[in-house]
Amino acid sequence: MSNLFDLLVAGLATGAIYAIVAVGFTLLWQTSQTINFAQGEFVMLPAFLMLAVMQAGAPFWLAILIGIGLSMLLLGLGFKLLLVDPMLRHGVLPLAIATMALAIGIKEAVKQFFSAEASPFPSIVPAGDVSIFGHAVSLQSLGVLTLAILAVIGLTALLNRTSIGHQMQAAAQNPTAARIIGVPVERMILLTFLINAVLVALASLLITPIYLAKFSSGEVLGQAAFIAAIVGGFNQVRGAIAGGLLIGVVDNLAAAYVSTQYRAAIPLLLLIVIILFRPQGLLGRPEERTV
Amino acid sequence: MKPMILAGVVLGTLSTGAAFAQSAAPIQLADIVELSGGGATVGTNWKNGIDLAIEEINAGGGILGHRLEVTHADSQSNPGVARAQAQKALDGEPYVLLGPGYSGSVKVTAPLAAEAGIAQIMGGEAAELTRGGNKFLFRTSFGQQSSMPKVAKYIHDEVKATSVAIVWVNNDFGKGGRDVITREFGRLGVKVAADISTEAGQADFAADVAKIKAAAPDAVFIYVNEEESARILKEVKRQGVTAPLIGETTLIGQKVVELAGDAANGARGHVGLTTDAPVERVKAFREKFVRKYNYVPDHNGIKGYLAIYMIKATTEKMGKVDAKAFADNLHGLTIKAADQPGILMDVTFDQNGDIDRQGFLVEIVEGKQVVKQVLPKLN
Repeated sequence: MSNLFDLLVAGLATGAIYAIVAVGFTLLWQTSQTINFAQGEFVMLPAFLMLAVMQAGAPFWLAILIGIGLSMLLLGLGFKLLLVDPMLRHGVLPLAIATMALAIGIKEAVKQFFSAEASPFPSIVPAGDVSIFGHAVSLQSLGVLTLAILAVIGLTALLNRTSIGHQMQAAAQNPTAARIIGVPVERMILLTFLINAVLVALASLLITPIYLAKFSSGEVLGQAAFIAAIVGGFNQVRGAIAGGLLIGVVDNLAAAYVSTQYRAAIPLLLLIVIILFRPQGLLGRPEERTV
Repeated sequence: MKPMILAGVVLGTLSTGAAFAQSAAPIQLADIVELSGGGATVGTNWKNGIDLAIEEINAGGGILGHRLEVTHADSQSNPGVARAQAQKALDGEPYVLLGPGYSGSVKVTAPLAAEAGIAQIMGGEAAELTRGGNKFLFRTSFGQQSSMPKVAKYIHDEVKATSVAIVWVNNDFGKGGRDVITREFGRLGVKVAADISTEAGQADFAADVAKIKAAAPDAVFIYVNEEESARILKEVKRQGVTAPLIGETTLIGQKVVELAGDAANGARGHVGLTTDAPVERVKAFREKFVRKYNYVPDHNGIKGYLAIYMIKATTEKMGKVDAKAFADNLHGLTIKAADQPGILMDVTFDQNGDIDRQGFLVEIVEGKQVVKQVLPKLN
């Protein structure tokens, strides 16, 4: 029982990070039909930006702020203006392939300019344990879970309770109608890219102390978050959250009770089952397209 | 006048000879190693050790007047790529093939080198590598058949553990180590409470550590690569496992200490090579390495360095540069550090290419390897 509790807590903590990344996937898809296959590398890069700032002598807190700022500039504004805008007019598929190329480019650049070796990364959550229902739970797991939940609540509040959020949703649901009623659709789309950049920077900050800073660490994260977004529902933020948490827990339980060797296959099996029986995802809504 | 002319002729001949010696064809070495992928730490250290040794030897006039030149190729920690790179390197007819560091990559490249009749000096530690009758393969460190019995004995005699959880990486290196130590535990009557297989490059160890907790062993033996060692040590600390953590070489390596930080404190184990060894020549090597590369190398850095001095000692013993005779001459050779300081510690190579050298039991204390016991050379 203690074992199961530990696995659930650890799975939820990792799943919460997947959820943050998966939310970014869904936001980009909803507002600009962008499937970003470089999302995992987007999570990997901010940690290296923060490390570079720290190596230049800045304290950790300043490195975090600069890292988030640089992330917004490069992975938000730069990504949209230099890659998405020119490619999107050629269709969704060319853009998706372009993001695959971008993923390789980011990985190789980090390997070239930093190192192929892993680097340590400080944790914003202190070490130690707290007791919950008689179980020792690490502050790190709890901190990661709490911060990730706060981020998701904040984002949900922004989308549902603010004027900007409503405009973003309008731009995502029907850009033509949104333009007619005066919503600055282009600005809302840009805002979505900036929010995604902040989300990946936050995920980077939370996951890198555990996974270490390494050029290849985005591969696992990108895949997990992509599966999470599809399982939960690619067109719903709440679906991505549910999918992320579910994949985190399923992955840990599969590793413990099924097999470490097959752990990577279990979320994929889940993905197949979902696509077969509920193609819109657990919490997604069906979409119809005319041809 | 005649003596002066004679002296001039002699001097001229000598200087021509010296010039000839200096301009003798360089000795070409080929290195295939993990410069990216999961083994990047291994490969980078190995490569830097090689480059440092070559720089020293060339500055001292080379080997028998021949400069050393090396080409490094990246195996990407992938046996398939390693094999292709080895084939390409062997086509260039190198004097000796260096690397790889990963046992799985050694396994697929060794037949190619043997077929070409070229000696291969590698970093792999899997027991099976030198058991297949390959007469061209040489280790730079202990094989698992030498190191694992020492670790099992330590866990049984010193830690007094009666049950152990084994965490191993599911590749040639990890499985080889796990098989040898499981056999040793069986012989010593130590129960294996959990046998946990992990994957190379694995990032999340929460489930594996939860299994360790559930098994409640007296000690945990961890045998995974460097980066995974750091990740599992962090997870062990996160989940509050208190059993002693024991490893062989990788768990207590310099890079692991750097990556795991405080979580590495208390980890113990056996290392064949460590820059914290209480050996003056090793300390001098460490200083030179740190001066050149600005970081403390792990055992792989020493292994790369030793590989080059193995070549120097063997070639000087032969008195000629002869790739085909190299392997025969290294078999059974004892290299004394007093005669060949770059070899750092006395070492003997047997007929299988395995080594006999002193080893160390270490513990990580406040982020540093502390040698607790020196295990002497056997012969």
